[in-house]
Amino acid sequence: MATTASVALKGRKPRVILPGFGLTLGYTMLYLSLLVLIPLCAVFIRSLSGGWGHFWEVVTAPRVLASLRLSFGASLIAALINVLFGLIVSWVLVRYTFPFKRFIDAMVDLPFALPTAVAGIALTALYAPNGWIGAWLAPMGIHVAFTPLGIVVALTFIGLPFVVRTLQPVLEELDKEVEQAAASLGASAVQAFCRVIFPALWPALLTGFALAFARAVGEYGSVIFIAGNMPMRSEIAPLLIVSKLEQYDYAGATAIAVVMLVLSFALMFGINALQNWASTRHGER
Amino acid sequence: MVAGALLMLGLAAGSSSRAATVKLLNVSYDPTRELYEEYNKAFAVYWKSKTGDTVIVNQSHGGSGKQARSVIDGLEADVVTLALAYDIDALATQGGLIPPNWQKRLPSNSTPYTSTIVFLVRKGNAKNIHDWGDLVRPDVQVITPSPKTSGGARWNYLAAWAWALKQPGGSDASAEAFVKKLYHNVPVLDSGARGATVTFVERGIGDVLLAWENEAYLAVKELGPNKFDIVAPSISIIAEPPVSIVDQNVDEHGTRKVAEEYLTYLYSPQGQEIAVKHFYRPRDPAVAAKYAGQFQNIPLLLTVDAVFGGWTKAQATHFADHGTFDRIYGR
Repeated sequence: MATTASVALKGRKPRVILPGFGLTLGYTMLYLSLLVLIPLCAVFIRSLSGGWGHFWEVVTAPRVLASLRLSFGASLIAALINVLFGLIVSWVLVRYTFPFKRFIDAMVDLPFALPTAVAGIALTALYAPNGWIGAWLAPMGIHVAFTPLGIVVALTFIGLPFVVRTLQPVLEELDKEVEQAAASLGASAVQAFCRVIFPALWPALLTGFALAFARAVGEYGSVIFIAGNMPMRSEIAPLLIVSKLEQYDYAGATAIAVVMLVLSFALMFGINALQNWASTRHGER
Repeated sequence: MVAGALLMLGLAAGSSSRAATVKLLNVSYDPTRELYEEYNKAFAVYWKSKTGDTVIVNQSHGGSGKQARSVIDGLEADVVTLALAYDIDALATQGGLIPPNWQKRLPSNSTPYTSTIVFLVRKGNAKNIHDWGDLVRPDVQVITPSPKTSGGARWNYLAAWAWALKQPGGSDASAEAFVKKLYHNVPVLDSGARGATVTFVERGIGDVLLAWENEAYLAVKELGPNKFDIVAPSISIIAEPPVSIVDQNVDEHGTRKVAEEYLTYLYSPQGQEIAVKHFYRPRDPAVAAKYAGQFQNIPLLLTVDAVFGGWTKAQATHFADHGTFDRIYGR
């Protein structure tokens, strides 16, 4: 009986323990439509309200191109810095015990909780030529506040928790025995890291990178205080969107938004694909 | 005793049934917060004594352009009190919320108080900055927000332009060249006036801050008179932050009468005195004469209408895409 039943079931849908696929999928679609799809469609439609010619003219203006380059370039650098230092921070927090560990762990979340304008003002105060850190750097000819470098600092600040918080659970699951096994099989510390630990962390690192990057591309509040906002030099794309809105140029503002959206989506899609590839490759081993 | 209490109750009930509570929303720009906090109280007292009704005025503050967009997008403002006519014009052109001739409805261009653009310099004025011409010297750094994002900063830009235009042999070309030189001395373009003040005051960047007179006085008052001096240029522009009721909303709320009175009371001696207290220049000649000594002496004050042909034109020529400001930073 039991065998015939299972044979009979084989031709049908795969068996799911909990019911409700239809309901939950419906809910997912509705939720995503209301919160993501419909607002984004509105952006697309509005961006074309001035016609294709206007759209193209706006997004190919030298100032807009410069700002897009800056926004995506600075976000990329910031996300890469966060991957490196986020890995170190999460490693320390997971593998070692030391005084005030809980406190430091909680501190990682501060960039999440702080209003970004506050972060921007605080960072500017520190890195301005008369600030605590800026006063040290200025004699060496390093100017952070009011330059593109300042933008990278602000974007690194807001992106840090994304990498740490995606890496931590993965690191916690990674048994110390794996490293010990690698060592007992004769692997050096470098080999153990490159061939055993890193492949296991790689998908999580990519996720953290993608999140930090995406967050940085859209950031406005903290950056405008530290950027200096000089056209062609330190003007981020979201600022240009705001200045278009100040002229009631909704079509122009949404045109820049659409370009950012498409670029971000393409990048996220690429990172996702890379991640799938990485995790299946890792899984096959 | 009991009879007295009953009488009191009866009075209370009677008065509450006759007197109503009216609510108004005043959507304004950033630096008027304290002005309207005080004015709202004064107006509530006045309105109560006149009609017996209680009026509660809620305030909303933010960047002038952002506030106008909120009203267009549905923020139920009864009155708007913004930094420049262009932003209120948008309520007519973009939203159809008010008639196009709104600025003719109240006296003096619907602007009950004005200000002008002055220079805030560091105490002692070591760089010897006395007029617009000094701002283009290579050793001077100027702080002013971007006129693209800050409505208030557009007045700064126009004041500089107007000065250059009034110099001997001044033309649009010479004015553009002057303004271009001036903005090359600007190391940081903040997005709003408060941000620029912070850059100048807290970060210690720049030698001179272009500011509205009322903001300059406020900065000196709050940050200490021993740190900054105000310098009056020879020529400046009359900054007119106008006011208007939002017709569509007041008709919906049934608040037209009180909203209109709220704005006209700004022109009364009481309203004008409150404006003076917050360093805005009064329109009323008597009040103006009384407090003349409290304001900077600027020999020639020009209006945007006289020099630039009104805000619509000024915006299109200077601040729209491909306008003169874009050309300054063009390739």
